[in-house]
Amino acid sequence: MKLLVCVSKTPDTTSKISFTPDGSKFNDVGITFIMNPYDEWYALVRALELTEKSGGTVTLVNVGGPDNDQTIRKGLAIGASDAVRIDAEPKSALFIAKQIAEHARGQYYDIIFCGKESIDFNGSEVGAMVAEFLDLPFASYASKLDVSGSTATLEREIEGGVEIVEVAGPFVVSAAKGMAEQRIPNMMGIMKAKSKPFAVVPPVAFPDYAVPVKYTLPKEKTGVKLVPADDMDELVRLLHEEAKVI
Amino acid sequence: MILVFAEAVNGQFKKTAFEAVTYGNKTAQLLGNQCVVLTLGKVNNAGQLGEYGASKVYNVSDANLDSFDSQVYASVIAQAAEKLGAKVIVLAHTSTGKSLLGRLAARLNAGSVAGVKSLPDIAGGSFKVTKGVYSGKATAEYEISSDLKILSLSGNEIRPAKGGGEVAMEELHLTVPSPKTRVLQVKRQEGIVPLPEADVVVSAGRGMKGPEHWGIVEELAKVMGATTACSRPVADADWRPHHEHVGQTGLAIRPNLYVAIGISGAIQHLAGVNQSKVIVVINKDPEAPFFKAADYGVVGDLFEVVPKLTAAMKKFKAG
Repeated sequence: MKLLVCVSKTPDTTSKISFTPDGSKFNDVGITFIMNPYDEWYALVRALELTEKSGGTVTLVNVGGPDNDQTIRKGLAIGASDAVRIDAEPKSALFIAKQIAEHARGQYYDIIFCGKESIDFNGSEVGAMVAEFLDLPFASYASKLDVSGSTATLEREIEGGVEIVEVAGPFVVSAAKGMAEQRIPNMMGIMKAKSKPFAVVPPVAFPDYAVPVKYTLPKEKTGVKLVPADDMDELVRLLHEEAKVI
Repeated sequence: MILVFAEAVNGQFKKTAFEAVTYGNKTAQLLGNQCVVLTLGKVNNAGQLGEYGASKVYNVSDANLDSFDSQVYASVIAQAAEKLGAKVIVLAHTSTGKSLLGRLAARLNAGSVAGVKSLPDIAGGSFKVTKGVYSGKATAEYEISSDLKILSLSGNEIRPAKGGGEVAMEELHLTVPSPKTRVLQVKRQEGIVPLPEADVVVSAGRGMKGPEHWGIVEELAKVMGATTACSRPVADADWRPHHEHVGQTGLAIRPNLYVAIGISGAIQHLAGVNQSKVIVVINKDPEAPFFKAADYGVVGDLFEVVPKLTAAMKKFKAG
């Protein structure tokens, strides 16, 4: 099996987010960056499990600058075979998807994995875009993926339940919690990662149609109103009369 | 023309579809344009979408549209957008809408924004919308520069607004490709409002001490007409099903009212819920970080407080 896993770099989940004073850019001072959890914990690990069972390769692809190399190396340390970084500072999802699709075209990957969303822009768009550029089926929010021969069976998370779908032939999948369990790279993996093939290639020209121009933080809550634990009638009254939510 | 794709589940339109049509109608008014709605497959009572502002409702009926395949749906919606001359396409930010948004953007070479939470700002000829970023920790304003704009509308951001009357549904004849995925089974919990659509959510965490105590949470949820949720440690320990997990790596929700019981309020949990309009926190630890993000707080033993709240709610509901 020849598998591709799309990975992105995101701020750590515990990060306190801030922006430059004019609100135009993310303030990365003091921020630890990690591989997007959905890409790492579920997409990458499931891809590795499939190749461990049936043989094959897992290639990582990332669109970003040299500051992404550490994140990509971690993916190699966890077990990916090789990596490609498309050297660009992306501003929009469609640009990223175009770059990944151009890399994947002609490589005939059996499955292209991505996380269900990145935890920075939360768009869930790139997987669907890559699928469309390559005219492939797309199974989104998959919490289970099993492959038997050339047929895959997936469990997709939908509102209030799950949908079980079958796909034949190459496809794109976005991975949700449940597809695999997080793996911690070991020392051997980290050593091996240093000698694995890691290509840096230039991007193809493509416009940005939708870009963030201004960021704002939510207004601080004005302060919690404490209600005595033995007076829940008062809480109900407040929710009804003051907050007007019941 | 603004084209809204109104998604039906088992032929029925839900709140997310009414929200999308309302948004499409308000956007159309801003742009001095018409709001046209497209429905796919077997749908019941599509004429009611006129009440939310659809000037016209089109349907494409074909057996291949009766179950969801993003490739087939995107092809048909793109054909409709081109045929009808859409300037803006509006989807709901549901599992279906999210699977279609990127496909449509790639197919139609257009700018897209996922999870929009405001009407477009068209001052100075630009087209700007806002969406939540960093898992709800911030808001970003996006500018879309392409002629065609494609948006998915975040749930619970726009109240469905009735104004117009029923309209007739018209059949649209387009090419429907064959799906490459096959839906084998759909398992939905019946009778429960899915978390992303719920107005009221009652959520509990490790403070519950074990899955056997969840009865008091479920009883409160029942009397409040709420959907139940849980924190990550609780889902990880299999005390509750994974689909109930809200937070940074679970579902992000924005109900009108979020009641957090025995949840300390780690930053990852807050990321998934802090866009709720009103937050109530019940915790025995007055230092729990969640109180800083709460509107109302109760410091006390949840095993005493929750049944009291349930009783007070029952009294309130009984009027």
